[in-house]
Amino acid sequence: MFGLTKKDSTLMLVVFGLVMLAPFLLNPFPEGSGMAQFNAGYPDLMQRFVIFGIFAVGFNLLFGLTGYLSFGHAAFLGIGSYAAIWSMKLVTLNVIPGILVAIVVAGAFALVVGFVSLRRSGIYFSILTLAFAQMMFAMAYSVLTPITGGETGLQIKNTDTPLFGGPVDGSIGRANLFGYEMGNSMELAVGNHLFTFNLGYYIAGFFLLLAFYLSIRIFRSPFGMMLRAVKSNQQRMNYTGLTPKRYTLSAFVISGMYAGLAGGLMVAMDTQVGPERMFWTASGEVVIMTILGGAGTLMGPVLGAGMIKYMENIISKINKDILHEWFAFLPDGLEDVIVSLVYPFIGKGWHLTMGILFMLVVIFLPGGLVEGGQRIAKLFRRNKTADTQDATSRTPAE
Amino acid sequence: MSKSNFTRRGVMKTGAAAGAALTLPTYLRADGHAGFTNAPGDSEVVLGFNVPQSGPYADEGADELRAYELAVEHINGGGDGGMLSTFSSKVLDGTGILGREVKYVTGDTQTKSDAARASARSMIEKDGAIMITGGSSSGVAVAVQALCQEAGIIFMAGLTHSNDTTGKDRKANGFRHFFNSYMTGAALAPVLAAQYGTDRKAYHLTADYNWGYTTQEAIQSSTEAMGWETVNTVLTPLTQTDFSSYIAPVLNSGADVLVLNHYGGNMINSLTNAVQFGLRDAQANGVNFEIVVPLYSELMARGAGPNIKGILGSQNWDWKLENELGAKYSGTNAFVQSFGTKYGFPPSQAAHTCYVQTLLYADAVTRAGSFAPCAIDEALSDFEFDGMGNGPTLYRGSDHQCFKDVLVVRGKENPENEFDLVEIVEVTPVEQVTYAPDHPQMGGAEASLGECNNGA
Amino acid sequence: MDQIIVQILNGLDKGSAYALIALGLTIIFGTLGVVNFAHGALFMMGAFCAVITSKILSASHKIVDETRTDFLGNPLEVDTFYVQEWFGMAAGQTIMEWAVPIAILFAVPVMILVGFAMERGLIKHFYKRPHADQILVTFGLALVIGEIIKYTFGANPIQTPAPPAFTGSLDFGVFLGFEAQTIMYPYWRLVYFFFSAMIIAGVFAFLQFTTFGMVVRAGMADRETVGLLGIDIDKRFTFMFGLAAAVAGLAGVMYAPIVAPNYSMGLDFLVLSFVVVVVGGMGSLPGAVAAGFLLGILESFASMPVVIDVLPGINQIIIYLVAIVILLTRPRGLMGRKGVMEE
Repeated sequence: MFGLTKKDSTLMLVVFGLVMLAPFLLNPFPEGSGMAQFNAGYPDLMQRFVIFGIFAVGFNLLFGLTGYLSFGHAAFLGIGSYAAIWSMKLVTLNVIPGILVAIVVAGAFALVVGFVSLRRSGIYFSILTLAFAQMMFAMAYSVLTPITGGETGLQIKNTDTPLFGGPVDGSIGRANLFGYEMGNSMELAVGNHLFTFNLGYYIAGFFLLLAFYLSIRIFRSPFGMMLRAVKSNQQRMNYTGLTPKRYTLSAFVISGMYAGLAGGLMVAMDTQVGPERMFWTASGEVVIMTILGGAGTLMGPVLGAGMIKYMENIISKINKDILHEWFAFLPDGLEDVIVSLVYPFIGKGWHLTMGILFMLVVIFLPGGLVEGGQRIAKLFRRNKTADTQDATSRTPAE
Repeated sequence: MSKSNFTRRGVMKTGAAAGAALTLPTYLRADGHAGFTNAPGDSEVVLGFNVPQSGPYADEGADELRAYELAVEHINGGGDGGMLSTFSSKVLDGTGILGREVKYVTGDTQTKSDAARASARSMIEKDGAIMITGGSSSGVAVAVQALCQEAGIIFMAGLTHSNDTTGKDRKANGFRHFFNSYMTGAALAPVLAAQYGTDRKAYHLTADYNWGYTTQEAIQSSTEAMGWETVNTVLTPLTQTDFSSYIAPVLNSGADVLVLNHYGGNMINSLTNAVQFGLRDAQANGVNFEIVVPLYSELMARGAGPNIKGILGSQNWDWKLENELGAKYSGTNAFVQSFGTKYGFPPSQAAHTCYVQTLLYADAVTRAGSFAPCAIDEALSDFEFDGMGNGPTLYRGSDHQCFKDVLVVRGKENPENEFDLVEIVEVTPVEQVTYAPDHPQMGGAEASLGECNNGA
Repeated sequence: MDQIIVQILNGLDKGSAYALIALGLTIIFGTLGVVNFAHGALFMMGAFCAVITSKILSASHKIVDETRTDFLGNPLEVDTFYVQEWFGMAAGQTIMEWAVPIAILFAVPVMILVGFAMERGLIKHFYKRPHADQILVTFGLALVIGEIIKYTFGANPIQTPAPPAFTGSLDFGVFLGFEAQTIMYPYWRLVYFFFSAMIIAGVFAFLQFTTFGMVVRAGMADRETVGLLGIDIDKRFTFMFGLAAAVAGLAGVMYAPIVAPNYSMGLDFLVLSFVVVVVGGMGSLPGAVAAGFLLGILESFASMPVVIDVLPGINQIIIYLVAIVILLTRPRGLMGRKGVMEE
């Protein structure tokens, strides 16, 4: 199917199914129940899962295949966002041109940064990319305020008048796709369950499927083989008359464009940009997502992105009152003890939980979350292990 | 796919049968019959408290959360009622808001606009919050306020001091009780002139972001109007921790006053460095060198420790206000009493503004008889009230900014305990800090609230 | 001229902090080949050793004073310090004021133990793992350490002042023939500089002149051969990790009076210290020190008003700009060795 092998087609179908059914899968608990806190099937978070999934998949194309660890990838995401919001402010509120502009501009920046940074390898390369990204962040925050809005960032205002199809009644323009707004949702109530199908999410999901498909094709292509060759032995490549830099630069630009796509989608889903999305912690986050999920695997980065965004948005919202509700069935004294034991790990302590999770995963699942998935899969169908191994095509990270 | 007669909350409340009921609202759109986003059901209403719980302002966020919890308790009829007894409007009777029990959800802004908006959106989309409040920085406040405007939700700003929140970025759905940079300048300048004379030369160190710019502009223009001269203004990176290389040139620059337009950790560090470099004890131009910190907070004063002694700044409110300046500021003691009893220490000004904002919202809903944002807009616009700790206060309709007296404070020389770090020097009456809605520092004539948005 | 001298002093001061942190980091990097994202956390723990010492020394119990009342109108509880009870008012006061120097005695063993525990308990298992895994596990550890500190001490910075003998400034200009009061420099910052210089010199001397140091240097150059010679390099590596932790910790203790410690200060220094190490060149201790001072001084110059007036924003990006220029002109930083962390 679409030039994929049978195994890859299966994987692609699985991802397709996950994206399409996410509103059901992420909302397993009935509304109003104690567990509803863990539901993640609301538009904003679903969009974030998908967008950061794209970002991580693109990052993995560079890092997972070539082993080049860029520590400044968030800069391309930020650049893409700025490009997209300017396109919406000036040209049209339709998201498609915005996203395209984001990809192109981010790709152009990646070309420049990559061309310079790829003159070095290993940690020297990482620090060069970090330095470029930090410079872009610092400038967006301060001296470039007229273009970037400084700390406050940019939003669509009611004074913005895009060339095509801006609102005429003085209201604030909304991002749309040929008139259908990103915020449009359809709700389905089944018993106590409430499922939300959001247009913006499905548009982002479409791009994720596209990005994922491309990533499979690149993994399986001769170009992908070349990138792996860069990772395993650059010298030998040189001897055979190949120029590794051409391949790594292409990979760098492609992954920069993925980041730009993610940035453009972020603006499309929520029309605002702030410079902190270019800060080194944001670059570090995508590195962590990729490694957490399993660098060099196809599914890993998406899982890693989902995991981190889930922690950030769900765990951080649990507060003491909710804990008391959960444990209300216990006798009073015991309830307080349990609550005070759990309390440090939720709400404002979500970073602690995340730190512990990172350590546990890397200690017990050296291949990241993907390996965890494989182990579970093994348990279920011991006789068919070969299949699952291959479907996710794990190559060790470096 | 027909429009449902149930609100999002209503759906789950009524149990909506086993059959599938399809509805077609959007989170930005009207929800059922009520005509506005997240219309609450008949028994409860959800408020969203969006405060920094990680990052540099986490402690301030924690204090804000305490205040919110206290406010919810009082609105629902618990505790001693706090300011409900002193508030000039008497419609709140401890039975929740319009007979609905108040529930709340919390989130972490991380002091980042992206994270703050993600958190606010989850409150709106997932929890059905009808109002979002909180924030400990202006960038976040502006970003979340814009989101609420789009979504048709009321935003009651927490601690945000930049002019832009109710200046160039003002929104019809957003309201600010806290004071702003302009008011700080207007309140501080006369006191500075009285204390330090009118022929001073000032050197500004300004945090390189939005709030820093508006504060510097305000202080500069109001001190220059008093006859001061501005020798130099230098922008410092927000991420700076060691300010030595910015402080060192000050003493020989010809200036005799250093203005630190810094907040939070920035201010604690730059002030500490300035004291290390001996600026507080130095002489320049034949007079004592002085340091000014325009915006004060209790947490910053605690963080700066003894370095804060004798340094002038401004505050929105202080827990000693009523004791020291009398019954005009009633409400203060009632709030301090219930906060102190519950948590064991006096509230910060961040806690106060958040508490007051929550009560004001509840009161506005009750007076309007509706949760619809436009009705609340109408109820709060040009609303005059008293008994909330700041004396008579006006919520101005043209920019949704509160106008009230501003405190000029000084770091106390001999604090009696760790909460008694500032002394009130003077209270600048509200007339002196009032400005025209189209003041140039506030975005000029271009700035407008736009239309209120019910989400319909 | 006087301004330039002040900024050189500032640069040396900042530089010594950068150099100390980078020194520890490059020991772990260069000798053990571990990318340690928890190094900033070690620095932060050092600073909190000062905070903890100061809290312990000013431990107190409450005595109710019936004559005064607190803010709620209840009888006031007055803090009484144990050290003042035990050693008398004046002596107790002095002990509390000297908390930071006393903290050094406390910090060295604590940080060495922390280093040992980290290496034996966690890092040891990651020597043969990819760098990516090392990043993930040490970053997770850094988050956990930071959160524990935040949970215990709050997010607000905590003042830990230098002893009164070192507050105030030295009229440095007088020594150079300037008029009085032109170059004033805080005593504690001068102390910090000399203290750092001593530690740096000590670490170098240790590696240069002891057999232990020789073996470690050999291990850095060629770990396998040293292993073949029958030397138990692992044990020495544990010790080196402890040493690196102690150096970072000392940098933190002494830094506490300069910038009030809070839980995120480790993260603030983390990225910068990596830049310093890499600009200095991987696997080179002198390189890390040189880069630390170079970046410190350039950062100070870039924040002079005259410079900012000409090039707005230069103070924000100078470190990264210099890093890029150096890495592009010198492939392995200032003094990097070939083949270390290059693949």
